[in-house]
Amino acid sequence: MLFVSYEFIAFTIILFVLYYLLPGKWQWPLLLLASYVFYWIANPYYLIYIGTTTVTAFVAGVLMDKAQDRADLSIAAAKKDGTYTSDFKKAAKARAKATKWKILLISMLFNLGILAVTKYTNFVINNINNFLSEANALKAVDILVPMGISFYTFQTVGYLIDTYRGTCKAEKNIFRLALFVSFFPQLVQGPISRYGDLSKTLYEVHKFTEKTFTSGLIRIFWGYFKKVVIADRIITAVTALIGDTETYTGAYVFVAMMFYAFELYCDFTGGIDITIGIAQCLGITVAENFNLPYFSKNIKEYWNRWHITMGSWFTDYIFYPLSVDKNMLKLSKWSREHLGKFWGKRLTVYISAFLVWLATGVWHGAAWNFVVWGLMNFVVIMISQELMPLYEKFHKKFGWKEKAWYGVFEICRTVFLMSLIRMFDCYRDVPMTFKMVGTMFTKYNLNIFTDGSLLNLGLSGSDYIVLAAGLVIILAVSIYKYRSKKDIREVLFDRPWLWYGAMALLLVITLVFGAYGHGYDATQFIYNQF
Amino acid sequence: MRKRITALITVSVIVCMALALLTCLFIPKYMRGIVEGALTAEYYDDKAPHEVIFIGDCELYENVSTVELYRKYGISSYIRGNSQQLVWQSYYLLEDALRYETPKVVVFNVLALEYNEPKSETYNRMTLDGMRWSPSKINAIKASMLPDENMVEYVFPFLRFHSRWQELKATDFKYMFRRDPVSINGYYLRADVRPMETFPDPKSLTDPEFGSNAMNYLQKMTDLCKSKGIDLILVKAPITYPYWYPEWDAQVTSFASENGLTYINYIDKMDEIGLDMTHDTYDGGQHLNVYGAEKFADYFGSYLSENYDLTDYRTVPEVAAIWAEKEDLYNRILEQQLAELEQYGELMNFGKNAIE
Repeated sequence: MLFVSYEFIAFTIILFVLYYLLPGKWQWPLLLLASYVFYWIANPYYLIYIGTTTVTAFVAGVLMDKAQDRADLSIAAAKKDGTYTSDFKKAAKARAKATKWKILLISMLFNLGILAVTKYTNFVINNINNFLSEANALKAVDILVPMGISFYTFQTVGYLIDTYRGTCKAEKNIFRLALFVSFFPQLVQGPISRYGDLSKTLYEVHKFTEKTFTSGLIRIFWGYFKKVVIADRIITAVTALIGDTETYTGAYVFVAMMFYAFELYCDFTGGIDITIGIAQCLGITVAENFNLPYFSKNIKEYWNRWHITMGSWFTDYIFYPLSVDKNMLKLSKWSREHLGKFWGKRLTVYISAFLVWLATGVWHGAAWNFVVWGLMNFVVIMISQELMPLYEKFHKKFGWKEKAWYGVFEICRTVFLMSLIRMFDCYRDVPMTFKMVGTMFTKYNLNIFTDGSLLNLGLSGSDYIVLAAGLVIILAVSIYKYRSKKDIREVLFDRPWLWYGAMALLLVITLVFGAYGHGYDATQFIYNQF
Repeated sequence: MRKRITALITVSVIVCMALALLTCLFIPKYMRGIVEGALTAEYYDDKAPHEVIFIGDCELYENVSTVELYRKYGISSYIRGNSQQLVWQSYYLLEDALRYETPKVVVFNVLALEYNEPKSETYNRMTLDGMRWSPSKINAIKASMLPDENMVEYVFPFLRFHSRWQELKATDFKYMFRRDPVSINGYYLRADVRPMETFPDPKSLTDPEFGSNAMNYLQKMTDLCKSKGIDLILVKAPITYPYWYPEWDAQVTSFASENGLTYINYIDKMDEIGLDMTHDTYDGGQHLNVYGAEKFADYFGSYLSENYDLTDYRTVPEVAAIWAEKEDLYNRILEQQLAELEQYGELMNFGKNAIE
C-alpha cells in the first residue's frame, strides 16, 4: 500500500475515525493492529521478519532489565544485612553490565544479521563473482527484503542500546514494543525514532483537538503537495536524463543533478511530512527529520539538517561509542606519542568518522555507489574541517562572512556540492557517475537551455511552469521558517479563514496538479528502498 | 470557536463546489471528433419507448440506421453501443436499460465475443462513464477494470481526468453543463464515402474457442432476456473486417441452437441486403456509412417486423412526434455532412478532422 494510493488514504481515514471513536485505552492497540494490517497488505511474509525482531528485542530488553534489577536488589540486600561494601557494589554492577552486554551483543547481532542477510547477501555474492571473474560462481539468492527493514532494525537496535545503557527501561508489554517497532507511518521511510521519545506519546490516550488534528492534516497535504506535484512530476525528466547516458551529457548532467536534488528533497521531505502529519493527527509526536537542509552553509551543517534521525543515530550509537572505546583511546594515545600532536588529535576521529560514513553508505544500499557516496561525504567533511582555519583567516581578511550575498553563495555551494556527491545515487554506477560528471565540465552544450531541448524530457512547458511555481511556494515557506524560526502553521492557525483557506488551496492544487492516478506510475518513495 | 466553525464549513463548501465545477470542466466531453464517449449517456435523455434495443459495438451503432427503421417500419429502437463494447459491458448496459423499460426484442452483435478480458481503459471509460449509477454500473466497472484502474476514479472522475488542465479546449468550457446529441437513438451517422480496401489475410487462430468469460456473459444475457420475456437475436453485422472466423460462427450457431435463439450472420447476406462496399462504407469497409446503414436497416427491419409483434409507432401520435424531431436531427446532420463534403471534399466537423 503506497502512501500515494487511494487505498492508503482510505485506510488512514478509517483509522482516524476509529481512533477517536474508540475508548482511549483502545487507541494504541488499534494502532498496532493497523500497523500490522498495513504490513500484512504489503506482504504477509514481512510479518515474520518484523515479528522476529520484536520478540527478540522484547526478550533481550526484559533480560537486560532483569540483570540490572538483580544487581540493584543484591546491592539493596547487602545494604540491609550490613555486608555492603563499595567493592561489592562495583562487582555487582560489573556482573550486571557484563550480562547485559552479552544480551545486547547477541540480540544486536541477530537483528543486524537479519538486515545483513536480507539486504547484503546478493551484494556479497556479486562481488565474489566479480573477484573470481566468473558470473555465476555463486548463484544469487532470492531473498525477500522486508519493507523498511533498515528503519525498523535501526530503531530496534537503538532501543536495545538505550536499554543497555539504562537511558530507558525495557518495555514489559510485548504488544507495546511491537507498536514501537512497527508504527506504520514511519515504517516506510522513517524517521528513526528513539523509544524514549516516541513512547511518551505513542501509548497515551489522545483526545481529538482541532489544533492537533488540523495541524497534522495540513502537514499531510503539504507532504502530498511536495510528493505528487513536484517529485512525481520531475521524476519523468530525471528518469529520461539518467536513462540515456549517451545522449544526455554535459549540461544535461547538470540539469539531471539539480532535478534529482529537487526530486529527492520533495520526495523524502514530502514523505516525512505525511508521516509526521499522520502521527500528529493521532496526537503522536514523531521526531523531525529535516530542518531546511538546503539552507545549510556547509556540509556538516547539511548533515545536521538532512535525515536528522539517521545522522543522530549514527552519531549516538556508532561515532561516540567508537570515539570513547578503550582501543580507540589507546590508539589516540599511541598516535599522539608516535605521530605527533597533529595526527594524535585527528587519527581516531578520522577512523570513527570513516566508519560512520562507510556504515551510512552501506545502510543506504547494497551497492558500491552507496559506499562511494558515503566515503565522498566523509572526504568532503574532513577536508572542510581541515580547511576551517584557512576559511577563518580568509573571512577575517575580507569580512564577507556577515554579508547576505556570501550566505547565499555558501548555501548554493553546499547544495551544489551535495547534489554532486548525490550523483552516485542518481546513476547508481561509480565509473559511470565519474564519466558523466566529467562531461559536465568538458562538454559545453549550454544551448539546451534555450533551444527547447528540455521540452523533450517528458515534461511539457506547462509542467515546467507547475514545477517552478511549486518550488517557489516551497522556497517561500522555507524562507519564512528560516528567517522567523517559526513554523508557518503557528501563525496561520490563529486566523481561521487563512488556516482553512490554505488547507483547501493546498488540497485543490495537489488534486489538480498532482502527478497521480491513471496514466501516471504510482511512484514509491525513494527512501522506501532503504 | 464560532468563527472557526463558520470558516471550516464555508471553506469545505467552497472546496466541494470547486471540485464539482472542475470535474465538469475536466471530464472529456466527446462532442467533436471522437464522439463515442457521449453515446451511453444519451440513452437516458430519450423519451420514446423502445421495442427493439440493440446491444453491441461499432458494428451496430455505425451500421444500423434507427431512423430508417422507424421511417420504414415504425420500429422505435435504440442502440446501446460503444467503441469496442465488451460482452460484459453489453450485458450490464442491457441490465441497466431494463431498469427503465422492457423491450420486445434485444439484438446483440456477436463480434465482441472475441474478447475475453478487458482491453483498454480509454474504451472502458467511454462506455461506462455515461452510465447512471446503479448496481449494474458498479458491476460493469468491476468486470471491466484493468489492473491499473481504480473504482475510486470512476466514482470521482476528477481523479482520473485532473491532468486534463494541460489540454483544455474551448469545447470543454462550452459543454461544462450541457451536451449536444451526437447520435440518433444511438446511431452515429456518417455520410462520407471511402470504398472498401483490401484487408490483410486473417491470422490463424491460436485458440478458436471463445473465452469462458465472454461466453458466460452471453449466457447471462440470454437468461436475463428469457426471464423478462424478451426475444434475443444474435447477429453478426455485414462487415468482413475484422475477420469473422468460421470456427467462431460455428460456436455462435451452436450456442443459439442450444438456447433456442435466432442467430443471423449478415456477412452471408451482404448481396441480398444490397450493400455496395464501393459506396456504402465511409472508412474502407470497416463500418457502413449512412447509405449502407439505411440498406441494412431496411433489410433487418423487414425481418423484425415480419417475425415479431412490433408496434408501428408511426401511428402513435405522441411517439411519432418524438420521432419527427429525431428525423429532423438526422436530416440536419446529414445535410451538414453533405454540405461539408461538397465544400471540402471531406468532413470537417465530424470524425478525425474534428478531433481537437
